Amino acid sequence: MSVWDFIITNAPALAIAVPLLGAFLTPLIYRAGRKTALIWVLSVLGFTEFLALLLVYLVNTYGIQVYVFGGNPSTLAIPPDSGGIPIRIIFTVDGMSAFTALISSTIGLVAGIYSVASEKGRGAQDKFFALLLLLVVGMMGMALTGDLFNFFVFLEINSLSAAALVSYRIHGGKAVEAAFKYAVVSSIGALMILFAIAILYGEYDALNMAMIAERMYQTGFSAMDMIAMALIVVTLAMKCGAVPMHYWVPDGYGEAPGEISAMIMVASQASLYGLFRMCFTVFGLSANTHSLGWFLIILGLLSMFIGVTMAFLQHDIKRLMAYHSVSQTGYMLLGVGVGLATLGTSAFNQYGLFAMEGGIFHILNNMLYKGLLFLTAGAIIYRVGTSDLNKMGGLAHTMKFTAIFYLIGALAIAGIPPFNGFVSKLMIYESVYQLNPFLAVVAAIVSMLTLASFLKVFHSAFMGPKLYNVKEVPKSMLIAMGILSFFIVLFGIFPNIAMTYLVAPAAHALADPVGYITRVLGGGA
Amino acid sequence: MMSKIVRTQANFLYPFILIFGFYIVAHGHLTPGGGFQGGAVIATGIALVIVAYGYDRVKSWIKKSTLTATESIGLLCFILTAFIGLSTSFFYNFLANSGLLFGDKVSYGANPGYLNTAGTLPIMNLAVGVEVLGGLGVILMYMLSYGKEVSK
Repeated sequence: MSVWDFIITNAPALAIAVPLLGAFLTPLIYRAGRKTALIWVLSVLGFTEFLALLLVYLVNTYGIQVYVFGGNPSTLAIPPDSGGIPIRIIFTVDGMSAFTALISSTIGLVAGIYSVASEKGRGAQDKFFALLLLLVVGMMGMALTGDLFNFFVFLEINSLSAAALVSYRIHGGKAVEAAFKYAVVSSIGALMILFAIAILYGEYDALNMAMIAERMYQTGFSAMDMIAMALIVVTLAMKCGAVPMHYWVPDGYGEAPGEISAMIMVASQASLYGLFRMCFTVFGLSANTHSLGWFLIILGLLSMFIGVTMAFLQHDIKRLMAYHSVSQTGYMLLGVGVGLATLGTSAFNQYGLFAMEGGIFHILNNMLYKGLLFLTAGAIIYRVGTSDLNKMGGLAHTMKFTAIFYLIGALAIAGIPPFNGFVSKLMIYESVYQLNPFLAVVAAIVSMLTLASFLKVFHSAFMGPKLYNVKEVPKSMLIAMGILSFFIVLFGIFPNIAMTYLVAPAAHALADPVGYITRVLGGGA
Repeated sequence: MMSKIVRTQANFLYPFILIFGFYIVAHGHLTPGGGFQGGAVIATGIALVIVAYGYDRVKSWIKKSTLTATESIGLLCFILTAFIGLSTSFFYNFLANSGLLFGDKVSYGANPGYLNTAGTLPIMNLAVGVEVLGGLGVILMYMLSYGKEVSK
């Protein structure tokens, strides 16, 4: 067996095993010097990115990938002596999983490149990079796993490493307080999920998502399932920062270093993935998807509107962007919620699937432009030393590239062509209009308010007389921002590239829970 | 630093705590407990020594950097054991029923518990035990370093 075959066979496992090994080795390698450790961390992140791309290719070419941990062979989902239950931990990679894994590893790589310069000279960097890799592991694991308890474990890895990273710049105790808030909120949420998993395990004697969905479909949707569903859906909505459970977002995003804000933003998108996976695959066959879909739509509307109006009041650049993240999450909930509300009806093929594609495309776009905006905010704070918009001004005189990158991100988030935000927002407007015109009206108004808010930031930070005599930020930070800007423009002008290879397979995979279940329970091969 | 009575008691108890901790780790695949619990018991030994002798003395006996290295080595042993199984699948139990280390077969039915079984599980328990003793040890060192000596 050649190395290439070996990597292809084990790709789903390697996608978490490689960053995990990287994280554990980083503190030891850091003893040999910062440069060696940086080469190590960046090559691990690069290889993880390659594995995520490989997973996308494999899923698009050969269909859903099943990987059984400790299985012999690694595709044997149900061993002959197990009584028909998939007893081992199984990774099930479909289009949506591969999509989420790709955006997670991409933001990890970009944040790694950015922190080469932005964290230079700070203490405890061995732990910083180990935690950064662990956060990537948490996101990738949540995206790839097909096992409920395993999902909980990766959610915990995700929350704990993110909380530790938020507190990295102590900032007179403010960052520590934000991290503590985040840790408490996520731990309580994780306990709720654990309770829900216990209910489902007690009822169906299985932890595999496909098996639970199959047995739930056979025995019907019970009151206990309803409790478990409520706990899981509300907790994951909290983790992805939907209003009214968004209170941890401004603190958490606002106090973290710029690149970590971008990563936590994507980590909350991984929770969003978990929410969609539970709604569609686990509960989709049995529960009332119409009301569940409307629940997501209402959460989405609230998040969009309250997020953007709260952002107007902020004069801290990072908190302002954090509220915009809440607002952007609303678009995704709206798009996919419309898909869920129409699932199984004729309306699904008319506009529901298109709305889902819009929502999922928005996840990718949000990762790109919101990540870019957080990185530019980090760059401003890196040079100016304050995050208060009232104290900034005239930065475009000297920080030309940062200003251009900021403008690209701001126009993209506001949905101005030719940037990528325009495409996904247009898809959402066109499709949700057919379910209820009111939804599209709110979405369009929120988009305008977003533009106004970001132009205000551009004006107060970059325009005006020269207040600070600062230099442009170091090269590694510019490269990181450049990568994201490149893809924003690329997906804005050629959205079909992302649509064909990433978004459409993801939407179809979510909409097809039966295919997911039969792939796992049907023998695996 | 506490009184001579406490220090003598600590000296006496310390090896027993270590032995009990490693007993829990080593029997992780047979009895309740395992790597994490055993490692935590071992870390209580560190706590006992710090309480008895005071942080300032203990920090020259037990170094934080050694404990963090221990933590990393435990984690590495764990993940490398999983990687070795990769020729079949990640986390594959390549030692079980192989007749080698921890490779004895267990016959069906009740038995008193044989230590030399379960393949890679005892190795992973040991790795977790080492990791937890390092990790919890560092946490204890940091937390107890804020304790102040009270003059009598």
